[in-house]
Amino acid sequence: MERPLTEHIKKDGTALTLKEYEAVGGYQGLRAALKMTPAEVMGVVKDSKLRGRGGAGFPTGLKWSFVPMGDDVPQPKYLVANGDEMEPGTFKDRLLIERNPHQLIEGMIISAYAIGASMSYIFLRWAYHEAANRVLLALDEAYKAGYLGKNILGSGFALEMDLHTSVGRYICGEETALLNALEGKRANPRNKPPFPQVSGLFGKPTIVNNVETYCNVPHILAKGAQWYISISKSEGGGGTKLYGASGRVKNPAIWELPLGTTLGEIIEEHAGGMLDGYKLRGLLPGGASTDFLTPDHMNIKMDFEEVGKAGSRMGTGTIIVLDDKTCPIGMCLNLEQFFAQESCGWCTPCREGLPWTAKILLALEEGRGKPEDIDHLTFQTHYNAPGNTFCALAPGAMEPLQSALKYFREDFDEHIHNHSCKYHRH
Amino acid sequence: MATEQVISDEARKEIEALFHHLPRKQAACIDALKIVQKHNRWVSDQALVELGPILEMTPHEIDSIATFYNIIFRKPVGRHVIFLCNSVSCWIMGYEAIRNALKEKLQIDFGMTTKDDRFTFLPIPCLGNCDHAPSMIVDEDLYEDLTPEILDEILAKYE
Repeated sequence: MERPLTEHIKKDGTALTLKEYEAVGGYQGLRAALKMTPAEVMGVVKDSKLRGRGGAGFPTGLKWSFVPMGDDVPQPKYLVANGDEMEPGTFKDRLLIERNPHQLIEGMIISAYAIGASMSYIFLRWAYHEAANRVLLALDEAYKAGYLGKNILGSGFALEMDLHTSVGRYICGEETALLNALEGKRANPRNKPPFPQVSGLFGKPTIVNNVETYCNVPHILAKGAQWYISISKSEGGGGTKLYGASGRVKNPAIWELPLGTTLGEIIEEHAGGMLDGYKLRGLLPGGASTDFLTPDHMNIKMDFEEVGKAGSRMGTGTIIVLDDKTCPIGMCLNLEQFFAQESCGWCTPCREGLPWTAKILLALEEGRGKPEDIDHLTFQTHYNAPGNTFCALAPGAMEPLQSALKYFREDFDEHIHNHSCKYHRH
Repeated sequence: MATEQVISDEARKEIEALFHHLPRKQAACIDALKIVQKHNRWVSDQALVELGPILEMTPHEIDSIATFYNIIFRKPVGRHVIFLCNSVSCWIMGYEAIRNALKEKLQIDFGMTTKDDRFTFLPIPCLGNCDHAPSMIVDEDLYEDLTPEILDEILAKYE
């Protein structure tokens, strides 16, 4: 089984140095790309069926193709890596940045070449202090070796790259909010259209991709689109995926597996099943803003299509496991308090609806629930549905709740009927 | 009464050094707030007044940005800041026991600073360390697989 993104990661926890990265084929993808035209590079990425790893799964090559090309387009064009990773339960990009920062940098250089960007930023969340230190060291190495700066490897292509560490807020992960944060503003999402590909950072054409997405690009250029498709088990996309699991499983961790590995294989073989004394009750397949799935879903493939057909989203691919001794309403309360706190306050359904939702769930947990609360919660899941809000934050917040109402309805009813929560916390 | 200047010349120079690669000074606002906080631990009203002319913004505009982000402190904090993750994986894995133990040891709850100014205690969303929950950050140091028993040893590192 091939694991291009993680096979060279060192066991001692340190980052690959430039020399170590080059010794295992590092920057060969860039060398291959610079022998091609930008249009050819974009073509290879399109053919590879690489899809965005930030959660939405949009085809990467297609996203790039909306950037205006040619001599008379607005300059400079920007390329940004979204390393804001603040989706609760998600810890995959940190691994990639901390352990192999050059892989990310190489992926960004190739991508910048494909869209003709001359300035690039790694947008990193505040909490990743170690990752920030390692990125700065790697950028320094890359500049000194001629992979960044003017006339990269003698090709005439020039690219600057800088690190921006954020000062918190989940909404910074939304790509237009991220661009506002990079401009020094409040991270409120922007209206679309215009899309960032046309008018992004400082009004210039901009591509924002997730860290994991960029980390795939060097391998696609080095080994080809057909190879990339061949290592996937999914019809809908190429490559591997970083999957993870947290909660009461025996071996919580991150694993690089073929895209389309089944949920059951991830939970049973890689996560080692549940801790002794605990049973699997449900799981969020791809971070806090995805719908619950249940033990009945273990045969589905973890890819964009099959998880979608099962009524959820693959999201970030990092699974949060709910065990039978943890209250599903308590879990929803924790999630909704997070989303309520992290709402940017820009649009009414999100700003008002999420705290309202959290208050109802708190009342249920504290034994103050009323029968009509179920209707109020159900109303919120419609009120904050896609189309009613400015961005995807509130609809995402409703995904765990709407599915909990579907799968764990008896727990809601018991909380209301018994005026208490039967789960003794740990 | 003359007000004492809170942004040092050194901090001001660091902020002005940000401008050269930005299309407008306002774009440096967040980084400028970070610099002020690095020097002063927090961002006071007076700091906003002094930042205004530097960034060519009004103090209110700067405040709207300072109060938006949760790692910019608009109130004084202690010498060390404890950020305890309260998101879902840590919650499942026993964050409440850690919170209660810290409450007892420090005699403060979230949002408060110890009387000796040693620690400020804050909740923080997911630290991206979910396979080692519960987790927390003290200043810039990450601590994982927390149990109430190991907290004393961690706290002792910070004076």
